[in-house]
Amino acid sequence: MSIALPALGAPRTQRIDLSSPILILFAAFLCVLILLPMSWLIYFSLVDRNGAFTLDNFKTLVTDSAFLDPLTTTLILATSSSIICCAFAAPMGWLVARTDMPLRRTVRALVTASFVTPPFLGAIAWELLAAPNSGLLNKIYRATTGAPPDEHLFNIYSLAGVIFVISAYTFPYVFVLIANALDRIPGDLEDASSILGGGTWTTARRITIPLALPALLAGALVAFLQAMTLFGSPAILAIPAGFHTMTTKIWSLFNYPPKPELAAAASVPLLVLTVALLRAENLILGRRGYSVVGGKQGNPRLVRLGALKWAALAFVFLVLMCPVFLPYGALLNATFSRVATSFVTFDNFTLHNIHFVFFELSATQLAVKNTFLLGVASATIGTIMALVIAYLTTRRAIRGYRALGFLATAPVAIPGIVLGVGLFLSYARPPFVLYGTLWILLLAFVTIALPAAYQQLQSAFRSVHTDLEDASRILGSTRLRTLRDITAPLLRTSVIATWCFIFVGVIRELSAAIMLFTSETKVISVLIFDLNESGDLGAISVLGLIMLVITFAVVIAVNRIPGFGEARLRNA
Amino acid sequence: MGALSRREVLKASAAAAGALFASASRAAAPEPTAITPSLVEAARKEGKLFYYTSVDLPLAEKIAKSFEAAYPGIAVRVERSGAERVFQRIGQEYASRIYGVDVVNSSDAAHFIVWKRDGILAPFVPADVAMHYPADHKDADGMFASFRVSLSPIAYNTDLVKREEAPKSFADLLDPKWTGKIVKAHPSYSGTILTATFQIVRELGWGYFEKLAKQKVMQVQSATDPPKKLALGERAVMADGGEYNVLQSKESGGPLEVVYPTEGTPLVVGPNGVFKNAPNPNAARLFQCYCFTPECQQLIVEFGGLRSMHPLVKDKGGRTAFRDIKTMKEDPAGVERTSEDIKARYSKLFGV
Repeated sequence: MSIALPALGAPRTQRIDLSSPILILFAAFLCVLILLPMSWLIYFSLVDRNGAFTLDNFKTLVTDSAFLDPLTTTLILATSSSIICCAFAAPMGWLVARTDMPLRRTVRALVTASFVTPPFLGAIAWELLAAPNSGLLNKIYRATTGAPPDEHLFNIYSLAGVIFVISAYTFPYVFVLIANALDRIPGDLEDASSILGGGTWTTARRITIPLALPALLAGALVAFLQAMTLFGSPAILAIPAGFHTMTTKIWSLFNYPPKPELAAAASVPLLVLTVALLRAENLILGRRGYSVVGGKQGNPRLVRLGALKWAALAFVFLVLMCPVFLPYGALLNATFSRVATSFVTFDNFTLHNIHFVFFELSATQLAVKNTFLLGVASATIGTIMALVIAYLTTRRAIRGYRALGFLATAPVAIPGIVLGVGLFLSYARPPFVLYGTLWILLLAFVTIALPAAYQQLQSAFRSVHTDLEDASRILGSTRLRTLRDITAPLLRTSVIATWCFIFVGVIRELSAAIMLFTSETKVISVLIFDLNESGDLGAISVLGLIMLVITFAVVIAVNRIPGFGEARLRNA
Repeated sequence: MGALSRREVLKASAAAAGALFASASRAAAPEPTAITPSLVEAARKEGKLFYYTSVDLPLAEKIAKSFEAAYPGIAVRVERSGAERVFQRIGQEYASRIYGVDVVNSSDAAHFIVWKRDGILAPFVPADVAMHYPADHKDADGMFASFRVSLSPIAYNTDLVKREEAPKSFADLLDPKWTGKIVKAHPSYSGTILTATFQIVRELGWGYFEKLAKQKVMQVQSATDPPKKLALGERAVMADGGEYNVLQSKESGGPLEVVYPTEGTPLVVGPNGVFKNAPNPNAARLFQCYCFTPECQQLIVEFGGLRSMHPLVKDKGGRTAFRDIKTMKEDPAGVERTSEDIKARYSKLFGV
């Protein structure tokens, strides 16, 4: 039997050991990660080129249409993407978690595949598919309908196109949140409703949906923030269409002559908006969060769809065409085709792109190496930090844990490009010159990953009972030893999931990397972005596929580490 | 400074704006350097070099590979992006005292005025430059020389546009029939396009761009991209872009044709220079020497579709000879003075 109760933590007081050094160390590190770049950002937004105080940067921001238009565009974009994501992810999440639709596991795996796809790669793939004249889909359309050469069905170089592509690669976030929430809703609550005479739809309306609503709201918010802060897709699609979003505008301010003051000022609205939205979410969810307390819980009941299940499956696969099947098809086609947007035939089959990327492109090896190194290092450091902080805060192990928790969550409010600008302003000048080294990228990636990693591990800690830890402590172990011997093994699955999540995040990252890279510290995402600038679509396709192979190989390998892994692959 | 053939070099030398390649006094340039075994040996010890360039990536890698084949054991790492981005990145790196660049090639000759003024270029004259290059294609103080010369013409996709209907001039592009069919690159990213925009504004005025901006052009970044978009059939006509990319594509069977507009074609000179703080100074110098040899120059003409100022280099058949093309006059000093204004004004007109 389970009941839904408002979330409560178990307050505990503990003897202090090692607490102040650990607190100080982590707090200091988090300050370096977050407070320093943000302080520089605010400082720069308030000075002119000579370093004198001024509000002119903000005046330009609110009066110049070169800034107001991108801001409006960004808001339209984020709102529409958020709505679209929820409209498609919610029914899909429900179908996968709560119905007897066939191939549910496959669908989850495919959503993971779309999550692993970097949005900028998706955007390029959609250029191949839906550029008005050369796009494969438009070619098929003209070939089948006999429409004249300049008529087209889709135009990816448009606001609608950008919204579409961003939604296609943001919806996994919403899907995973909703599907997981629905997974966790205990079946017996629904059974109770049925026993009391509620039909399937009454139960759904009065029990399931209200319990899933917080997840939907959180999903909408995540989608909004993602769409607002994304850099790659708009840079690839919006510039050809002749408009800017805030992120591409900020980036363009670093064109020669660079205007870091304006870029800093233009970052502030993104920052403020994010903080405001997160506050709003807290206010709403604070009242609506349920934690499901109880011992054994029944499995969720599956709704029988009957004949409708095939229609449902068709719907799901139709949705998955957009982020997975069509784009990968287009990339594979471009890899082997002489002309990126011609269908491969015997006549134009070529291995030239593969040869070019592996044997001619001098940056390939370095970029692959850097990306791999940074992915592994960020994932390892990020997971360890998140693990320690989550432990300290859930077990309330030291005084000041709240501050630590806040600092670890704070970066969620910093869009990647803003963090990039902040880190650049902080570490491109003495005394700390990290620009030009992999360290600055590592800082960026760990910072970006920390909030999600912390949230994941925090909820994992909450699910592990403290009895075993207490037993270990009573028997004389130190807190650290207990953590290592008792808690860590129990959290294995979550730790691996978090590690993979960060690794994938690093591979996908472009917005901070584009601000921070140098020739020696190039990563694959930046290399792909540079190739896109000069229109080398064949090479991009090869690199994109390499990137995916690396990602999947690493994720699978980590899950198979003997004695440590062996956990099932989960939706990140 | 718009010298195209040797004949015209002589004719035009008086009229040339002297800011970039002052031809009068050459006293300040250092003694020319030939490729000697000791230079090769010293370069091999360094083993690598970083070549920042805005030339089209496959061509840049081709140059790198041909150098590596000639001097095994010295790897060339190509850093390719639009000239304006290359310029911005070098500025950003130097401001943080990161000295990553050995040799630079930029399609915006004005950059060399700035770098020279900042004193960050090394005086170095390859033997070929001293012996063969016309005076107005090498710096009087030996800081740089014209590695490549190209144009920014109009071009069209021959599958989509009939020859007789193709535009003949920049003015033709303003015809409503080209609305939504034009692709062009951006002066904030591409040096070729910044240079071309400067020359077109000088000859035709901003009015031309104001009208062009209403033609719903597809805006890409690098000058190497419009020819590629034409080859895909994504747009029918390009308003600007690298001539060499059009020639490359056309000669490998792409459905492209180049048009040298009746108003004159913008002329784009892309010099090469070595940096004073080059991390691999000997490899940098060897590479700089190699870049101006007849072999390398022949390669960029033959494979790359570029134009060379080296008199020993032969034109490739089937291309319009340089001297037969009416070009606009190059003026790097003018570009240097107005680039900020051009970029700002252009961005306002085209929205990005």
